[in-house]
Amino acid sequence: MKAVIMGCGRVGARIAGLLDQSGNMVSVIDTDSRAFRRLPAGFGGETVIGTGIDEDVLRRAGIEDADAFIAVTNGDNRNIMASQVARLIFEVPEVVCRIYDPVREDTYRRLGLTTVCPTTTISAIVLDHVMRAASDRDAVRRGTS
Amino acid sequence: MYIIVAGGGKVGYYLAQHLLSEGHEVLLIERNPERAAEINDVIGAVAITGDGAEAATLAAAGAPRANVVVAVTGEDEDNLVICQVAREKFRVARTIARVNNPKNEHLFRVLGVDVTVSQTNYILNLIEQAIPERAFVHLLSFHEDLAIVDAKVSEKSAVAHRAIAEIELPPNTAITAIARGANLIVPNPGTELLPGDDIIAVAHQDQEDELRRLLV
Repeated sequence: MKAVIMGCGRVGARIAGLLDQSGNMVSVIDTDSRAFRRLPAGFGGETVIGTGIDEDVLRRAGIEDADAFIAVTNGDNRNIMASQVARLIFEVPEVVCRIYDPVREDTYRRLGLTTVCPTTTISAIVLDHVMRAASDRDAVRRGTS
Repeated sequence: MYIIVAGGGKVGYYLAQHLLSEGHEVLLIERNPERAAEINDVIGAVAITGDGAEAATLAAAGAPRANVVVAVTGEDEDNLVICQVAREKFRVARTIARVNNPKNEHLFRVLGVDVTVSQTNYILNLIEQAIPERAFVHLLSFHEDLAIVDAKVSEKSAVAHRAIAEIELPPNTAITAIARGANLIVPNPGTELLPGDDIIAVAHQDQEDELRRLLV
């Protein structure tokens, strides 16, 4: 499989490293060349400096024959715009877009983007832990009283 | 009309001011609180602080009753998302986006923005028109994909010394006027084209090259 990843932050670099390790072709785009230092030692994929909302930059990263495009920069709007370019202009089969703002995530999911919202996901996990711990304690208290 | 302007830079500021003077109801959304306060000091309380791409901000701005949302920030991705959220979430009838990178103009239209304004293209266009002795100038884009062009007939043009009726124009194009020196001629089929004439024609934008080859 060939994947293009936009944004080489912690998440982008990790996904890139994992995909590369498991034998996929990977190219990573970031506006800041220093971001590529986050890639693991021995990373065999390509790095492209530029912004992923520019079609020429996406072409340089090999989007035309990519199977997947993953938008994980820190900017919701940048991720949204690049994902729509990948899907509609380059017809990439699998496009995943990270959107921090839950309302925007909802809007674009309805428009057909595959979205991941860390805000709702992480909140749900944290709440689940906290509530479960609390109810366990309650149960213990009830049991001993 | 109720118009929401997102982005309080130079463009947004002067646009808001102009729309107010035309008697419209205007609300400006600016991310930077100091800039918003500055605008409110100068042109009255029209600016709120917020991110125009955020649904909560648009809701607070009264987007559901807005007739038009204009996104004129310096970032194309922000302008695109502001327009898309306004349209999809608040059913705003008309969205207008400033396009900073001319390459994005087509994309914005495909993605549902009603009107795009590319100041880069606009300035290029003005400069092009100001360069003397250009053989073919794109004067204006309108109605999505139509254009008005100015083609200068030279001695070598295939159409020089021929009547309009003899010219095979591409389909759905029209020669609307001829500027000959100081005279404006409204052409009829018998009008003969002379070297030095400026032909003003209306065409679809994708026919411009064809027209250029034919007329120049």
